[in-house]
Amino acid sequence: MSEEGTPETAAAPGEKPAEKPVWERDPVVPEWRDADDDPLAAALREALPEAIRSAKTFAGDLTLDVERERLADVARELKTSHGFSLIVDVCGADYPNREPRFDVVVHLASLPPDRAYRVVRLKVQTDEATPVPTLTGVYRGANWPEREVFDMYGVRFEGHPDMTRILLWEGFNGHPLRKEFPVEGIDTGAAIYPEHYGETMGPVAGTGTGWRPPKPAPVAPVGDSADAKPEGPKEGGSA
Amino acid sequence: MSPPNGSGEPVDRLVDPLFCGEEMELSFGPQHPATHGVLRLNLRIEGERIVGCYPIIGYLHRGTEKLFELHPFFQNVPHTDRMDYVAAATNNLAYVGAVEKLIGLSVPPRARYIRTILAELQRISSHLVWLATHAIDIGAMTPFFYCFRERERVLDLFEQYCGARLTLNCMRPGGLPFDLPAGWGDACRRFCEDYPAKIAEYEGLLTENRIWKRRTVGVGVLSPEAAVDLGVTGPMLRASGVGFDLRKARPYEAYGEVEFAVPVTQNGDTYDRYLVRMAEMRESTKIVLQCLDLLPATEGGPIMAKRPRVLKGPKGEVYHGIEGPKGEIGFYIVGDGTPNPYRCHVRPPSFMNLQALPDLANGHLVADLVALIGSTDIVLGEVDR
Amino acid sequence: MVLAVLPFGLEALREAAGDTLFYYALSPALKILGLVFLAILPVITYLVLAERKILGFLQVRVGPNRVGPWGLLQPIADVMKLLVKEDTIPSRAVRWAFVLAPCLVVAPALVIFSVVPVGPPSSTPGGFSGFVTDIDTGVLFVIAVATIGVYGLILGGWSSNNKFSLMGGLRAAAQMISYEVPQGLALVGPLMLAGTMSMVGIVEAQRGARVWYVFPQLVSFFIYMVAGVAETNRNPFDLPEAESELVAGFHTEYSGMRFALFFLGEYANMIAVSAVATTLFLGGWLRPFPSVAWLSPLDVVPGAIWFALKVFVFLFVYIWFRGTFPRYRFDQLMALGWKWLLPLALANIFVTALIKLWLAR
Repeated sequence: MSEEGTPETAAAPGEKPAEKPVWERDPVVPEWRDADDDPLAAALREALPEAIRSAKTFAGDLTLDVERERLADVARELKTSHGFSLIVDVCGADYPNREPRFDVVVHLASLPPDRAYRVVRLKVQTDEATPVPTLTGVYRGANWPEREVFDMYGVRFEGHPDMTRILLWEGFNGHPLRKEFPVEGIDTGAAIYPEHYGETMGPVAGTGTGWRPPKPAPVAPVGDSADAKPEGPKEGGSA
Repeated sequence: MSPPNGSGEPVDRLVDPLFCGEEMELSFGPQHPATHGVLRLNLRIEGERIVGCYPIIGYLHRGTEKLFELHPFFQNVPHTDRMDYVAAATNNLAYVGAVEKLIGLSVPPRARYIRTILAELQRISSHLVWLATHAIDIGAMTPFFYCFRERERVLDLFEQYCGARLTLNCMRPGGLPFDLPAGWGDACRRFCEDYPAKIAEYEGLLTENRIWKRRTVGVGVLSPEAAVDLGVTGPMLRASGVGFDLRKARPYEAYGEVEFAVPVTQNGDTYDRYLVRMAEMRESTKIVLQCLDLLPATEGGPIMAKRPRVLKGPKGEVYHGIEGPKGEIGFYIVGDGTPNPYRCHVRPPSFMNLQALPDLANGHLVADLVALIGSTDIVLGEVDR
Repeated sequence: MVLAVLPFGLEALREAAGDTLFYYALSPALKILGLVFLAILPVITYLVLAERKILGFLQVRVGPNRVGPWGLLQPIADVMKLLVKEDTIPSRAVRWAFVLAPCLVVAPALVIFSVVPVGPPSSTPGGFSGFVTDIDTGVLFVIAVATIGVYGLILGGWSSNNKFSLMGGLRAAAQMISYEVPQGLALVGPLMLAGTMSMVGIVEAQRGARVWYVFPQLVSFFIYMVAGVAETNRNPFDLPEAESELVAGFHTEYSGMRFALFFLGEYANMIAVSAVATTLFLGGWLRPFPSVAWLSPLDVVPGAIWFALKVFVFLFVYIWFRGTFPRYRFDQLMALGWKWLLPLALANIFVTALIKLWLAR
């Protein structure tokens, strides 16, 4: 956005007096910068030592990497001492090549007229089996976004009052926003009710490409190894 | 016999004449004329009074966030249209704003003015749909037709600009796909000059109508602390007394160059949300007229920033939110050096606002629930994505 | 031609059946059938069309205009559609109640018309009079018969095995019962002025008093109008069938001809309430200013035409209300009936009695 980009680029050295307006020059790609000198990050490090792993800025957004167990503490500190009263969003991200593969990203905002408007981002890393402390005790509005993160990624939130799927139906097997979940979807019938969906049935809802569970090998006469079961379907997440 | 407010105080059963001592579980929706889409509310009611409300959503979930990862940045704009399908231009604006922030594009002034005009016209159109459906749910059939008559003019303007009425796809990262057709500015100006008289028509039917006030005053009071805690934004928040509007808090596009007021009321009930949205329609008209006045100075200017042929997102992440008609709509985009976003998450205002509904509905009557759903102004496409 | 043949046919029937049977059974039966099928049902069907057109004009659009010129054949198309529609009964509905309910709504509405006078009594005995029958307790009969309609709504709502219908039926029952009290009390005002409960007698009394009772009994008229709108479940009191809240209220599960019967009953009730209001407050078949001599050239217009005009005015007001007002919430509706209309009606009776006593001194 023109307003965001200009303060950073105006300091570029060796710039001639503006010959071309900023939208006719090449775009200036933002970069990660360290924000350890940011007053907010410093205040948080002082109040909660070891909760903040790192503080960085990208395109003007402050991002704080937080220790997973301290997420609720950091949020509470931001809410009470620094006026970040609005919970903007809780979402997740999946980096399967990294060890704790999931990211849980929380955006908080401080509202005028009490404070200047500012958005801060908290990130924690977790994997499939480790729950993240819930923010519903700090912000009631974190309830549904956390359910959505659970629904889409399988990340549980400890202490959440209603940890169930929100956008997909109960009994759905899989977490769609994981990178290995196919975009076309999975055979939602057989994935939930394998005993009802036999192989003679055609593709059911969710399999736009006609994918269906692979048939097990035919049962050979006695003496052969009967179960030459091919490798399982490429669906994400386990039951 | 005033119902409790959104803080959830229990109803005094001994003196409640509508208490009949037996709870009934009623599933309100997903097919129901009043839920504006496929929203299902599991209600527990005692006689007419609601004692429990549990929304079940997801009937319109289409996996938009997964689809975002499939396409390059500029091809994702039509996906954003289909989320809040009533206000497509503001969805587009939020998305392209986030992409521009990620890549570092700067939008030329002419494009900024036109985008502001489109966003404000879309705000008018969205509020018209809200008023029409809210009024007809409460029983007033006539404003529905009046509002849609005006909306036809707005949709005609959009059709002349980008060829589509509903799913507009009218913005691109860096600017706009087309310039305005000849005569569009005049048609838009004529609409804006006619429009305040029409708002006066709707207000004449509803604002001082005794029945309307009895159905909406005091219904679903949301306190400002509860609203902020629940993540509510937009007109619902401003009706509760919190004057937070992203157009003023962090001006984007041309909002820093035009003068407009942000209506805020204090009571936080349904009537106040009605008043705030009606006032917003008037303010939007003013913004459009001011932008139309600023446009001729940029006549012949570029409408697209200088950008590489293939937009590659750097390895970083941004969050960019704008003030949509329903609240703060934001995009969290993670780039990974490829032309596709690695992760693109939508912050939908209706999703967060709908969280407030069980608190608002508790203790009210079923008839009030319909008024509340209308005043929350949700679009299920956005709630479910 | 039928009208010319009619007296001969009736004479022949009278001679064949004998006087007693003719006057006490056949003649009223023929009158009722004629009234219902030739007068009321066509009026109801075209009232539906009129409502759609008037609502359309109120809402800046044209109503039905495809079927026939100005949509005049639309009601016929609607009736045919409803007749051939599949008749569904929910599998777990209570069959006898489900089938009986529409009849209980329509029948009382039609029966009311048997005592409403459209024209003056005939001057020659045995001639054509403007009513089917005139009983001494006409007003009481009307109120009593209208009450039976409530059963139809309750049965319809309960028998459908559907929670929304149940709620609609209960709401309808509560609403109608609450508004019957002020409605009845509002009718006591003209009764006191006229001194008789017979409908014909009340119109004659208005001719004798040389003023329509709406003027001395304005409060009563207002209460009766409001209560009448509530009795017929029309906007702004149409919560029992509020489309946006209860899908379609008590008639959610009905389709085809049964649904048409509910619809018919509602419009028949509307016309009945309008007719009773016309009779008691607007002078029935009397022309405006019945005693002013220099307006007597207006007497060529038969009383039935005046009656019809006045009823149409009421119906137009009904439709106008529907296009203008939002809907009252249920508890507000009940509060209006019990806390406002009822004391007002009682006060009206009291004041009328006082004034009558004072004038009779």
